Amino acid sequence: MRSIALVAQAVFKESVRDRVPYSMVAFAVLIIAASYLISQLTAGQDMKILKDLGLAAIAVFGLLIAVFIGINLVSKEVERRSVFAVLAKPLSRSQFILGKYFGLALTLVVNLSVMTLAFYAVLLYVDLTTDALLKAAWPAPALDPRLVIAVVLIVAELMLVTAIALFFSTFSSPLLSALLTLGVWVAGHFNADLRNFEAVLDVRPVALLARAVYYLLPNLAPFNIRAEVVHGVPVPASQVALTLAYAAVYITILLLGAIAVFRRRDFK
Amino acid sequence: MAAIETEDLSKDFLVGFWRPRPYRALDRLTLSVGEGEVFGFLGPNGAGKSTTLKLLMQLLYPTGGTARILGRPVGDRSVKQRTGFLPENPYFYDHLTAEELLSYFARLFGLRGADARRRVSSVLDDVGIGSERRLRLRQYSKGMIQRVGLAQALLNEPDVVFLDEPMSGLDPLGRRHVRQIMLRLRDRGCTVFFSSHILSDAEALCSRVAILAQGRLVASGHLSEILAFELRGWELVVSHLSDEARAAIAPRVRSITALARGRFTIELPAEESPDRFLHELGSRGAQVVSLNPLRETLEDYFVQSVGAAESRQTGL
Ligand SMILES: Nc1ncnc2c1ncn2[C@@H]1O[C@H](COP(=O)(O)OP(=O)(O)OP(=O)(O)O)[C@@H](O)[C@H]1O
Ligand SMILES: [Mg+2]
Repeated sequence: MRSIALVAQAVFKESVRDRVPYSMVAFAVLIIAASYLISQLTAGQDMKILKDLGLAAIAVFGLLIAVFIGINLVSKEVERRSVFAVLAKPLSRSQFILGKYFGLALTLVVNLSVMTLAFYAVLLYVDLTTDALLKAAWPAPALDPRLVIAVVLIVAELMLVTAIALFFSTFSSPLLSALLTLGVWVAGHFNADLRNFEAVLDVRPVALLARAVYYLLPNLAPFNIRAEVVHGVPVPASQVALTLAYAAVYITILLLGAIAVFRRRDFK
Repeated sequence: MAAIETEDLSKDFLVGFWRPRPYRALDRLTLSVGEGEVFGFLGPNGAGKSTTLKLLMQLLYPTGGTARILGRPVGDRSVKQRTGFLPENPYFYDHLTAEELLSYFARLFGLRGADARRRVSSVLDDVGIGSERRLRLRQYSKGMIQRVGLAQALLNEPDVVFLDEPMSGLDPLGRRHVRQIMLRLRDRGCTVFFSSHILSDAEALCSRVAILAQGRLVASGHLSEILAFELRGWELVVSHLSDEARAAIAPRVRSITALARGRFTIELPAEESPDRFLHELGSRGAQVVSLNPLRETLEDYFVQSVGAAESRQTGL
């Protein structure tokens, strides 16, 4: 346990020193701030647009951080051979993988918290500077606590994406892992289309293949409740819980897979 | 109990993209290194030295054979606790400082708090990393990284250390420094297993050596057995050597080589008596600068055994 925590701590320390995540967070904050200006140009819609853009910025830059640091985790370490000295220490390969994963998860949580705080700060400003008459037309209050639920699901999705990146990076190059991870992310969001592929192209083998891919790939659509939250549509707690449980199961399977691959491989 | 033991240790790599074929990088290596020995693992480029070290560190899995360290199978946690490893051309994390990296590793070895700090600062002192220890590794030169690599191999006061080309990238002072560190390790009873291309280092440090060529062990043994310290001849440096003196001695010497500033190196065969020769040269007006016996060196032995292995391979 201690070894896993030590590896995670080192990952966190390394990524805190890296300039890339900072610039991503800075970019996200910039976009959230800019969305305030955009929302000023559109009468009545402002709060929805502001929230929409803010959550989208958090999701997109979070994804970039996850993929960027996620591929650095293992494949770069193998490619640059820094893994040699580490694995010669009293540390098993599975502890190494788990430590890497939790270190990145911690990095993500910290980065997303910063973005969320910036987001709430902008919302607070708008709330204070808008008069009560206009506010009455908003579908949800500016400082809606449900925004946090949307962010929590974004974090859960990114942890899943990280596990995917980690899995790929145990056996492929940094660039390839990044491309594969982004590919799975895109496919994961358009997963539902695969399920109903017959409707698009009614060729049996193709439809079966699409169905197989549908069951294999993670379904990322349920992690996106941004529209519901922004428009004040209720999201049942059971749905959120189910989505979180789905993420946990999928992550566990991916980590076990990553460990199984990593334990067997040669470092050349 | 042997500190390091391998039996028929072999490793095949798959080469070729479309139709992978196995390529034998290490062929049935059987070796035993006693506790407290300083063991030199020599061989030309591509001989399989790094492959062997990686097999011993379980960074590679063997195709065949076994390896044991301190009587236990490689990769065993308790073995790792007592060993140190310096990889070839080491690389660490760019954004950590040397101090942070070593304290991370020290804690992986189970050291804590003040103990870890003390140990880290003492190994960094040992390898000659001064105030730079607070800089990020990204700003380090090759030789400094090599020193950090050596420091991390010594963190746990290991009983066995594996060093893959410990002298590579070091300046002359650094090399001398590393030689001293290795001798200190030996005096402490630590087994040192190192690969090197620098034969003079091996000659100065090792009790035993093994020579590997094309994945096979071609020779091994105590230096005193390998090198009979047999006299191979004499090397004489003279000045003011006139042309006729040169012509007169030419048939009796192995070679005459002109050096800078009118000096010559003359190599005499072992049978020639240097006294008589010096006398004769003196009477012809030449002045002697130096006279040295030539003995067989590890380099000669290395060239012979590797050469023999290569010619067997090509069938010449
Ligand atoms: N990943 C790999 N795939 C294929 N062949 C490899 C691989 N790694 C090493 N080899 C081959 O194995 C042989 C031994 O390599 P190794 O790195 O052990 O040599 P070495 O003795 O350490 O050489 P050097 O003195 O140059 O460091 C070489 O012929 C090399 O080409
Ligand atoms: Mg090598």
